[in-house]
Order: sequence, then structure tokens, then C-alpha cells
Amino acid sequence: MKPEANAGVLLRGREISRRWGGLVAVDRVSIELERGSVHAVIGTNGAGKSTLINILSGEIPPSGGSVELLGQDVTGWTQPKRARAGLGRSYQRNTIYPTFTVFENCRLAAQARTQKPWAWWQSAQRCDASTTAARQAAAKAGLEPLLDRAAGLLSHGQKRQLEIAMCLATAPEVLLLDEPLAGMGAEETERMLALLAELRADHAILLVEHDMDAVFRIADHITVMVNGCVIASDTPDAIRTNPQVQSAYLGH
Amino acid sequence: MNHIDRSKAAFVAACFAVLALLPLLTGSYGVDLVTKIMVYAIFALSLELLVGATGLVCFGQAAFFGIGAYAAVLLSPASEAAGLWWLLPVSIVAAAMYALAVGALSLRTKGVYFIMVTLAFAQMAYYVVHDTPLGGGTDGIYLYVKPALGSLIDLDGSLTLYFFTLACLVAAFAFLAVLLRSRFGRALAGIRVNEQRMRATGFSTYPYKLAAFTLSGGIAGLAGFLFAVKDGFVNPELMSWHLSGAVLIMIILGGIGHLRGALIGAFAFALLQEFFKSEAIFGAFAKHWHLGLGLTIIASVALLPRGLVGLPGQWRERLIGRSRSATVGQEAMNEA
Repeated sequence: MKPEANAGVLLRGREISRRWGGLVAVDRVSIELERGSVHAVIGTNGAGKSTLINILSGEIPPSGGSVELLGQDVTGWTQPKRARAGLGRSYQRNTIYPTFTVFENCRLAAQARTQKPWAWWQSAQRCDASTTAARQAAAKAGLEPLLDRAAGLLSHGQKRQLEIAMCLATAPEVLLLDEPLAGMGAEETERMLALLAELRADHAILLVEHDMDAVFRIADHITVMVNGCVIASDTPDAIRTNPQVQSAYLGH
Repeated sequence: MNHIDRSKAAFVAACFAVLALLPLLTGSYGVDLVTKIMVYAIFALSLELLVGATGLVCFGQAAFFGIGAYAAVLLSPASEAAGLWWLLPVSIVAAAMYALAVGALSLRTKGVYFIMVTLAFAQMAYYVVHDTPLGGGTDGIYLYVKPALGSLIDLDGSLTLYFFTLACLVAAFAFLAVLLRSRFGRALAGIRVNEQRMRATGFSTYPYKLAAFTLSGGIAGLAGFLFAVKDGFVNPELMSWHLSGAVLIMIILGGIGHLRGALIGAFAFALLQEFFKSEAIFGAFAKHWHLGLGLTIIASVALLPRGLVGLPGQWRERLIGRSRSATVGQEAMNEA
């Protein structure tokens, strides 16, 4: 892998399709994620946004098309292999480890980078690489004062922050974020947007989000999906004035 | 946190110290009984690694126990003592290999299907020894000369066997305690709580689960080996689903999610069994011991949702109201 050579497009989906029986959930969608930019995907419920994320991250296989990560074709790779290669994702619903502390949630995520399962005699807490990465990720997501709190006891907004922190702890190049702002208060939304703006510099970010104000504020590029198809993909300003988008989604 | 860890360690150390001193206080009946219970404790620990640590409910653990036991008997020479130095590892590896094969196939399923597939593989092993002359069929076979390590250790002596079993129990407990704190052990915990997230983070969970399954089979094989040496006899009942169920009840009774729960559960189960079987207490009714044991287990599961390990916590809550740790647990339950 030569990250420098791929400084531009880090993740590329080509003509991705997914059919569930007769239903076409995602229909020949192509998408490119570049380092230093936030690419938002918007669309109504059932437009295929989450399915697209699941295909890009390797959770489900596509019916057609290909996925390229850091210049390599990863279509046949499992999700864990893609994750180790630098693809991080967060989930729409909180999928933290509720019984573990905030720190352990992050540490376990960071451990994915230095798994060493054969070192059975060595305490996991002794692995400096993962404890350091965990602390840094938690600090970046603003969870530093809560490191020892059981994750299940966090507020909803804090759990969303933890989702991001766990994602960051694996040191990914590409972030696929599925509705990170869902259910957040105004203040928490501001904090999350500031974090995303900060992360933009060294990551390629795919943002699926329903909060339109937030999307238009932070996105560098917006793709609009309707019924599994891309109907427009452009800069926020162009999307705002696109008549097709207005009638299909933003209008009324 | 550290304080709690230390008190747990003190409790376990005290248990082992009592076990080490027990032969001074009890006669040969007691030594024999406690040897058997310690074998069950090792067996329960093997299942705790799967159920409590990894979240895999295996209902075929007796197969690995039985294979360890049969390997010990079948591989022993007829008229001289087998070398402990090779027979013990070979018996463990035999059980672990069967676990590797069973795990490789059954870990492709989840939940109830996993329970049923592991049961099916155990029944397969059961019928192989039950219906073929390989291991003496339903009659089983005897181990006439017990294994020894030169003139140093001769497992024919009941005291020697007692201390050897205790050493194995301490070793198995220490091994698992260290293992569960390692990166491997934490990954297993992550798989138990949220396997999907583990995969999204970059852990290929299948090899982790297979490794845990194989290790568990090996430890169950160790217990089986000791059981065969202790009884000097094996029969197909060692692989029956009754035993798989009994060991599951032991860890539930003791408290799933804690290594010492397996220890406590094995003792509680075996002592309850002895109690209800006792003619001195129940007279003629003692032959219906299953009834008493069954009712006690139902009552304890209903009254002790966290097992015997959770009993002190339950008392504390009753005395001083809901503690903070209980709220965490409750919250965690809601989340899961």
C-alpha cells in the first residue's frame, strides 16, 4: 500500500448495486471519497443509504459493481480485513460495548491494530500502542473526563461521540459515518460538527445524515439518492438549486 | 476496581488453600469426593471459557470430557503404567482436536442453532462409543494400571491423585485468569458483547471463536483424563447430554461470567447431589434425589439471577438499597 500515491481518492465505489429479491435497494451507484473532504449522502428513508454504507464497509456483498480502497480492489475482502486496511465505520444505532468502560471501548477498538492473540500471558492493559491510541481517540471526541464510566451509562449524545471515538481509535483513513447526529441536541450537534471539521483534514469522510442544516454546512460534496439511484451529485450550492432534487426531496 | 480484584483473588486463594489442607481434616471418602468435585470444577471452567467469556452456549461439552477420558484408558498399556508425561498431553490434544473439528463446523451457526449443532456432535461421539466395540460398547472399559511419572508421581494413590488434581485445577484457573486479561481474552469479551462491532473494528471473529472452542475442548479433555484415572473406568455415559447439561447447570448455579463461579458452581452442584442422595438424611426418599436437586436448582435460578457469585451483592443491595454497580448492570441490560 502506498497511501501517498492515493492522496486523492481513498475509497471508490463503482456501479454498486444490491438487489434483495425483486427489490433494487442500490442501483448502480458510483461514489468517490477524497482525503480532506466530507462527502454527504442524503435521501429519504429507504433510499438505500445504509445499504450503500454496508456494501462499502463489507458488511454485505454487492450484487454488482466494485469497491476500491486506497487503490486496491477490495470487493472480495471481508469486513474485518477492510477495517484493518483503514476503513472505519460508525453505526446508525449505537453499537458500543455497554458493559465496558469508555476507555475499554476505545482500547478494544485500538487493539484491532495490534491484535497479537498469541501473547496470552500479557495483560491487554500493558499494550501501550492500544492504550495510547484509545486515550487520544477519546480525547479527540471529547470523552476524556468520562474514561472510567460504563459506556451504557452515557447520555445518548455521548454514546454517539463514543461511536466516533471507537472509529478513530483504529486509525482509519476513511470514515463511513451513518447518521452521527441522530437524536442529538443543538449543543451536541455543534460539538460533533466541529469534530468532523477537524477530522476532515486527514480523512476521507462519508456522511449519511438527515439533519439538512448540518449537511449543507459541513459537506464539500453531496450525493442525493432516491429509491436506490443517484439523482444528483454536486457541490452543496448546486444541489440546493437543483430542480430535480427540490422536487424529489428538499421541496414542499 | 483494584480493590475488588484483590478481594476476588484473596477469595480464590483461600479456596485453594482450604483444598490443599482438606486431606488433613477428612478421611478417604472426603478425599475421593473432593477429587471428583475438583475434576468437575476443571470441566466447568472449560465451559465457562465458552459461555461466560465468549458468549457461546455449547451443549456438547461432555464429548470433549469423554474423549479425554477414553483416550486415557484406550492408550494406556494393559499391564504397565503409562507415562504421565505423554498420556496427559495426548489425551488433552485428542479432545482439543475433536473440539477443533466440531468448532470449525458449528461456529458457522449462531444462537439456538449453535446449541443444537454442538449437541448433535456430542451425540455422534456418544453413539460411536456406545454402539461400536471400540471402547467396550455400553459396558465401558477398565483402566487397570494408572499412569505414573517414573517413581515421582503414581496416580494410583488417592492422595497423590488428589494433589495432582488440585494442581491441575489451580493451573487451569490461573491459565484462564491470565488468558482472559490478555488481548485474546478481551477480544473474546468483545465478541460476547457485540460481535458485529468487533468485525467492523477489524477483528476476524471466527478464528478467535475457534481458538476459544479448541482450548475449551482441551481443558474439558484434561478433566476427562483425571476422571478416568480417578474412577479407573470409562463408559459412554461420560459423553451423554446429561453431563453436558449438568456442567451447564454448574456454571449457571455458580454465576456465569466469573471464573470463580465455575468453581463455586461445581462444588454447590456436587454437594447438593450428595445431600439429596444421603440416606442418613432422607431415608428411603433418598432414591428420589433427582427431585430434590431439580427443585433446588429451579429455586436458586429464580432467586439468584446472578448465581451464587452474585449473592453478596444481592444482600448488600437489600441492606443498603440499590448500589451504583447494580444500576450500571441494569443499564447495561437495557442496552443489550
